[in-house]
Amino acid sequence: MLAQLLPSLTDGLLLGFVYGVAAMGLSLIWGVMTVINLSHGPVIALGMFATYLLFTHLGVNPYLALVAVAAFGMLLGFLIYGVAVHRVLNAPHLSTLLATFAVNMIIIGVGTAVFTTSPHNIDFPLGSWEIGPLTLPATRLVATLGAVVITGALYLFLYFTRPGKAIRAVANNRQAAELMGIPSARILALSFGLGTMLAAVSGGLIATFFPFTILSGGPYELKSFVICVLGGLGNPLGALLGGLLLGGLEGLIPTFMPVSWVPVVEFGLFVLVLLVRPSGLLGAK
Amino acid sequence: MQAWRQAGFWLPLMIVFLWGLAVLLIRQDTARETAFTLLMCVGLASSLNILLGYTGYVSFGHIVFFGLGGYTGFYFLSQHNWSLLASSLAGGVLSAGLAGLVGLAVLRLRGAYFALATIGINEAARAFVSNFEPFGGATGLFVNFSAYEQYGGAGPALWTAFTFLWVSTLAVLATSFLVKHSRFGLGLMAIREDEDAAMVMGVKAPQAKTIAYVISAFFPGIIGTLYFFKNGNVEPGDAFQLHMSIESLVMVMLGGQGTVLGPMVGAITYQGLRGYLLTSPIFKSLHLAVAGLILLLIVLFVPAGAVGWVRGRFPRWRRVLE
Repeated sequence: MLAQLLPSLTDGLLLGFVYGVAAMGLSLIWGVMTVINLSHGPVIALGMFATYLLFTHLGVNPYLALVAVAAFGMLLGFLIYGVAVHRVLNAPHLSTLLATFAVNMIIIGVGTAVFTTSPHNIDFPLGSWEIGPLTLPATRLVATLGAVVITGALYLFLYFTRPGKAIRAVANNRQAAELMGIPSARILALSFGLGTMLAAVSGGLIATFFPFTILSGGPYELKSFVICVLGGLGNPLGALLGGLLLGGLEGLIPTFMPVSWVPVVEFGLFVLVLLVRPSGLLGAK
Repeated sequence: MQAWRQAGFWLPLMIVFLWGLAVLLIRQDTARETAFTLLMCVGLASSLNILLGYTGYVSFGHIVFFGLGGYTGFYFLSQHNWSLLASSLAGGVLSAGLAGLVGLAVLRLRGAYFALATIGINEAARAFVSNFEPFGGATGLFVNFSAYEQYGGAGPALWTAFTFLWVSTLAVLATSFLVKHSRFGLGLMAIREDEDAAMVMGVKAPQAKTIAYVISAFFPGIIGTLYFFKNGNVEPGDAFQLHMSIESLVMVMLGGQGTVLGPMVGAITYQGLRGYLLTSPIFKSLHLAVAGLILLLIVLFVPAGAVGWVRGRFPRWRRVLE
């Protein structure tokens, strides 16, 4: 039992870090403008494909490619915000949900036409490390390290830079922030860009160890919802803890019951937390 | 105000009635299949509209009632040899009952939290049914071919399923109108505009929302049973497709949320458009992107939908286009 539990749990936790980065983007966007970004999944998939294209066609090291992917994600976020979100920001929730879902359909539609739905993968093995009974693929460890660095950078950005403080101010009270001379439209666009950037980067990280298709973003988007609710909707740093929690559960559950029950527990827990504590287990921000 | 004296009550009903009658008289298989798909969309979109359009609550996982109701009905039909009428009603009643239970809890959430919870419920239900042995687990259930014999063989059984669907769609449209023009419906619309104010004015919001949820879940359960009966099998992937939920949302938005005619217009337009895009050589591979673009344009520029836009633009037509 323990011999099975330990590797499974470690595996889950390492994945949890990457889930956390994906969810952080969703949580940030929710926190700043109370928009649920339904185009999150396709952006994750685009991050995977951007890394893939840079690696296979230009021979760029996938981890170096992440820098370019991040810039691409940020620009894509500006575009989505400007075209689809800004106009309906103050309309009822249905409008932003449907507008971002329309973007989702457009990306999936174009992506399917360009990349088809056959699986791709990035063949960039880094070997693996053996620690006692555990065998850890190095790609997972690097991804975990990347996730920690990204979270740290996001924290420093939000708390110690002027644009970061402006984002927090707009999240707190948009009107008051505008009265203090903060250009809220630009800050909202920046937050949306940061959110999609995190999604694209997490996609790039996932692409280094799992094969993917243009539809692969969907499951990570659903996981991101669960994580956001666990970690507190609108609390980007809580998302990392939520990710670890979900990753841990995914590692833990298969030792007690068949793997196919994992989503039942995950989504059941998700609905339960929403009902009992809509602000999330760790509190909203 | 008696419903049968109003043009707005009869217009959608007459369209569906004459359409179904025409299909039954022509007795052509392709016409029936097309009409089946379209009427199913009309029924699903209209029942979603009772919650979404009147109450303003966005249910992203409404297809869960189609799936669970369909599964239940199909289970009784294929495993216990119930008749189609009894099993489809069983599917509807189970969906409605489930909505009542779930609604009491989930409808306390507002706005985006509710939308998220409905996605969670749909995914949890899909995952649960995939593991639930009486429902056949991941492989689903099949109908025994002999079950079709009481309807005179497989061919006539399809016509029976169509007739049932036709009647259910008529029932959805009539219910939609009656809800909209009742005191209860006015309460729902008050909730849509401002829930707190509605409660202050004496609308019992929790009950009203739950009843609306129950009504909007009942019909998808029936339609689900009929659909899976027609297909002859049911499996988790087919029954809980999140994108079908979203397509019904698009149909409601396209036609006009909160109107009786709108979801019908939206469903027929959307399916027509989809059929055109899927078969046209230029857009074949891009049909999803084009559909997304159209949705985006509607959300950004015509949020009231087609019927809503006409109603706003030509007030005189309001009596006819409910």
